Amino acid sequence: MDVVVLFFLLGLAAGLARSDLRLPAALYDSLSVFLLLTIGMKGGEGLAKQALLPLLPQLLAVVLLGVLLTLIAFAVLRHLGRLSRADAAATAAHYGSVSVATFAVGVNWLMVRNIEFESQLTIFLAAMEVPAIMVGIVLVRGIGRETDWRALAHETFLGKGVTLLLGGMAIGWIAGPEGLAPIKSLFFDLFKGVLALFLLEMGLIVSHHVSDLRRNGLFLLAFGIAMPLLSGALGLGCGLLLGLSVGGLTLLATLAASASYIAVPAAMRVAVPQANPALSLAIVLGVTFPFNILVGIPLYHRIATQLVGAIP
Amino acid sequence: MTLPTEKRTLLTVITEAAIEQTLLRDLDRLGVRGYTVSDARGRGSRGVRDAAWTGAANIRIEIICPRPQAESVLEHIQKRYYANYAMVAFLMDVEILRSEKF
Repeated sequence: MDVVVLFFLLGLAAGLARSDLRLPAALYDSLSVFLLLTIGMKGGEGLAKQALLPLLPQLLAVVLLGVLLTLIAFAVLRHLGRLSRADAAATAAHYGSVSVATFAVGVNWLMVRNIEFESQLTIFLAAMEVPAIMVGIVLVRGIGRETDWRALAHETFLGKGVTLLLGGMAIGWIAGPEGLAPIKSLFFDLFKGVLALFLLEMGLIVSHHVSDLRRNGLFLLAFGIAMPLLSGALGLGCGLLLGLSVGGLTLLATLAASASYIAVPAAMRVAVPQANPALSLAIVLGVTFPFNILVGIPLYHRIATQLVGAIP
Repeated sequence: MTLPTEKRTLLTVITEAAIEQTLLRDLDRLGVRGYTVSDARGRGSRGVRDAAWTGAANIRIEIICPRPQAESVLEHIQKRYYANYAMVAFLMDVEILRSEKF
């Protein structure tokens, strides 16, 4: 187990034991700004070395993957889980979108083991964040006039996450490896330490949602584990079609399997107010996030290795 | 000494930080000329809102204005937000100086 995951477990244990450990909200925000920028710059630096045009069809593929995941999650939650239309759509949007924290743990997992991955995975991360939100809203309201699409698009595309990711990518792309050298010691060398602190806070946040789980019943608990497994498999399939390396496959599976807990809940709260936010967050944070970082990522990597070995 | 104060109404709204932007847009549209927003935390029928991270953050909006305007704003937010959002809103009489400001 990676050392950063131990920090997550510490936060989780402290929260469950009702310790008065509490990190200032401003620290959580600062750490997430750091992580988003660093992930963006890492991707941008790599992209500077390759042609961008061939990436467009790949981008389209992962956007379609995000849409497909949202629709599958919706169908399962609505028909098997008997959730209300609003709750099913809002929760499905969480699962169709991605979690930067989960991605960061995946990147760290590969870095610790010196496994290479393609730079465009960072663009995939940015591209997969938004489509699920749109699909989720359409599933509830249809493409009606009552939705203020312009305001919504502004808030989602220019939200903190996408702005910092794409901004960091642009900086990395323009500056290149030499330009980034002066700030490398802050952003790249400290990445793992910052991620560890961030995961400590994540453990505390997750502990607040674990108590909500009891109210949601076994079906949703099972969904929180089965859905990432299915999404991860589809992510691996998509990655094979795109011809990614083992590292790239692992990360795309991780992205597909991860569920958003920042951008989507905020957008859904405004766009689909009748959905219960505690319900989605309880399974996303209480089940899926811990599952992915504890079990999922190593599992996706093992399957990716076997797939690449089997297909010469 | 008697200060030349005038009566106005203070409308206080405590609600989810998630809808801050939407709510402030509504206030502008309803002709509210000024307001104060601050971070808040507490406990209510929707559980502990402890602001430990953005998903559980609350805000408090305070508006001082003439009674009829305060009532129409309160009526609007009651219709639009009470059903689906964690929200507490109330009116209070206050005394102010510089009546042209409010």
